[in-house]
Amino acid sequence: MSFEPKIVGFLCNWCSYTGADLAGTSRMKYLPNVRVVRIMCSGRLDPTFVMKAFSQGADAVLVAGCHPGDCHYQNGNMKTLRRIPLLRRTLAQLGIEPERLRLEWVSASEGERYQSVVNEFVEQVRKLGPLNLELDPSVERAAG
Amino acid sequence: MPKKIGVYICHCGSNIAGTVDVEAVAEFAKGLGGVTLAKDYKFMCSDPGQDMLKEDIRSSGLDGVVIAACSPLMHELTFRKAALEAGLNPFLVQIANIREQCSWVTEDRALATQKAKALVAGAVARALSHEPLEMRRVEVQPSALIVGGGIAGIQAALDLADAGVQVYMVEREPTIGGHMAMFDKTFPTLDCSACILTPKMTAVGSHPNIQLMAYSEVEEVSGYIGNFRVKVRRKAAYVDHDKCTGCGLCMEKCPYKVDSEFDQGLSKRRAIYVPFPQAVPNKPVIDRDACAYFKKGKCRVCEKVCEPGAIDFEQQDSIEEIETGAIIVSTGFQAMDMTAMPQLGYGKHAEVYSALEFERLNNAAGPTLGKIVTKDGREPTSVAILHCTGSRDENYHRYCSRVCCMYALKYAHLIKEKIPEAAVYQFYIDMRCFGKGYEEFYQRLQEEGVRFIRGKAAQVWSGKEYRAIATDDTGLEVDDAQLVVQAEDTLLGKLVRVPVDMIVLTPAFEARDDAEQVGKAFLLNRGADGFFLEQHPKLAPVSTTNDGVFIAGGCQGPKDIPDTVAQGSAAASKALSLITRREIEIEANTAYIDEELCSGCKNCLDICPYNAIDFDDEKNRAVLNEALCKACGTCAATCPSGAIRARHFADDQIFAEIEGVMSI
Repeated sequence: MSFEPKIVGFLCNWCSYTGADLAGTSRMKYLPNVRVVRIMCSGRLDPTFVMKAFSQGADAVLVAGCHPGDCHYQNGNMKTLRRIPLLRRTLAQLGIEPERLRLEWVSASEGERYQSVVNEFVEQVRKLGPLNLELDPSVERAAG
Repeated sequence: MPKKIGVYICHCGSNIAGTVDVEAVAEFAKGLGGVTLAKDYKFMCSDPGQDMLKEDIRSSGLDGVVIAACSPLMHELTFRKAALEAGLNPFLVQIANIREQCSWVTEDRALATQKAKALVAGAVARALSHEPLEMRRVEVQPSALIVGGGIAGIQAALDLADAGVQVYMVEREPTIGGHMAMFDKTFPTLDCSACILTPKMTAVGSHPNIQLMAYSEVEEVSGYIGNFRVKVRRKAAYVDHDKCTGCGLCMEKCPYKVDSEFDQGLSKRRAIYVPFPQAVPNKPVIDRDACAYFKKGKCRVCEKVCEPGAIDFEQQDSIEEIETGAIIVSTGFQAMDMTAMPQLGYGKHAEVYSALEFERLNNAAGPTLGKIVTKDGREPTSVAILHCTGSRDENYHRYCSRVCCMYALKYAHLIKEKIPEAAVYQFYIDMRCFGKGYEEFYQRLQEEGVRFIRGKAAQVWSGKEYRAIATDDTGLEVDDAQLVVQAEDTLLGKLVRVPVDMIVLTPAFEARDDAEQVGKAFLLNRGADGFFLEQHPKLAPVSTTNDGVFIAGGCQGPKDIPDTVAQGSAAASKALSLITRREIEIEANTAYIDEELCSGCKNCLDICPYNAIDFDDEKNRAVLNEALCKACGTCAATCPSGAIRARHFADDQIFAEIEGVMSI
């Protein structure tokens, strides 16, 4: 059987979650690999959420929020925008390909965009293959 | 004591059951830790569905509920209410969205069922970590603040005051009236602007429920829906308005003159002035920058002639504090500065006018007493009106300013009325005459002999300039006093050059220069065009994302007087429906700061967009003002010590949900 990635999606309540709902209302079919966790604002995305998802076996993480300027809470999305590059760098240090974390802006009216973001991302992760979190035994880890 | 969770899988007719094997999902849920019962049911939102839920909560003593059904944005409130009625805290309900985000978007039944199971597992895990929360009820101050006294604000103020609400109206200028007070006639009915506006202005000035604060500006806004606190700066007028009788002698005797803002610089006003005769309040203010006493320490003529002794050179700005339940922002627009389009010659050629200048030129109370004449006193034999100057233009503003086509027609009519033999040219891209009676007005103007040239004016030359560049193949004869408009007539497909005596531009409607500042004060978002953003373009046109703050009129986007008045009334009605509730429920899922864990790093202070976090210097700890918190959770994500808990979206709850969705 071909590899089917498991992806955790963190969607902001006001734009992206509503956009995903719109894709549903419009009966747009897309791949079922993303399991959505709703957060009020993409700014709520604690980096540990992403780490937690990977540690639970997620092959990738999708974060989606309102377009810049449209944040329901003024600028939470911009705070996420600034956190993501740092988080990507940390992921790389842990041996996780940074491409496994994706940030997208999806507005409440962009059901179609949500559909294509999910389909594209699933395809991309399929190519990356399953996440291999096995640690290099030659690296000595600090106790604690 | 272990928690008892009830799980309900909704069929939603065939909407869910058609794609998801609901029985299998219910069977799966039964095997999840903490689940006491799991059922599938045809329509959970129906009365029997809700009754079943309530009965189970009571009889099985459930302390958590998962409803796997449509989106939480659809029915979360329905099930929260049902839980509450059965005695369960509404925040112990979790929705698994297996319709919009599962059955409706997945083709394969097995895959859809698998995804539904994962979402249910996530919801159950989350429900196990839920904690009861209390909605907070707060009183609503029975008053409204209106910022900006143009026609939008005036309409809102009168509607609210007539309903018995205490209204505070803050206006920056010495008088209310806004742009509408400057207009001569209004399209398409041609009724006189002042005749329909001034009675409303007077009503605002004399209404027992309206406190008018003219020549004042909002300095600071704090608080939240129902309970805003606003500091208003009352600018020193240097005239005691309680003593002033409005006789006007001071203005007559004042020896210093400057350009009148109200007349767009086409006439002069004194250093002590009211902007126009029907101003409300009709009491003068002294313009410090123009007054000889303030500039040179000498004069005080106004003081000498003022019988009641109202002149007070020692007056200072004062700050007044208002408590208000609702705020309506109606701060209006500005006309684009036409010197930004040098090709049109505004500011360079005397006979190129902006629309507002032409309004004043037309106005019977204006600088020429309503005579349309050139600056050197000639009656123009030809006038060109250039549409879309700055609007629908990639280089300036992409949007349509919505009113220019119509007032351009109005100008053409007024010119024809006053100078019947004058040739009037309209250089337009498209005629947009969409309102009630507008298309008919356009047709009427076509019959009045106005010439419509479908082409955007690209260039304006003075007669002299034209003769210097013209190759004379057109045979156009132009004298020094004339101007030449060049455009491509897109219907004829050729370049046209038209000599005229006068040109009127239609500057784009713009967001005011200080819109960013005003937006920040009232926590309003702005669109790419700079105007304030409504909560929903169709269904919440005057609400904003800041609860309790509404917008109306030109500050939201270009619009004509009927639309502006409609928005003023709409904003008043939204404010009224808030105020008459007297008490409202606000966010229960606010953040919470654990004092023990807070390290005092202050990272959260800057990150909060609502200034809801203060710092206690003595304790060296961040302190949350729950009333201001809107529950976005950004602070919780920022806190390096894990001291901030985003209630209902707390780390442990999200972690539990992640574990759940990943468990299968």
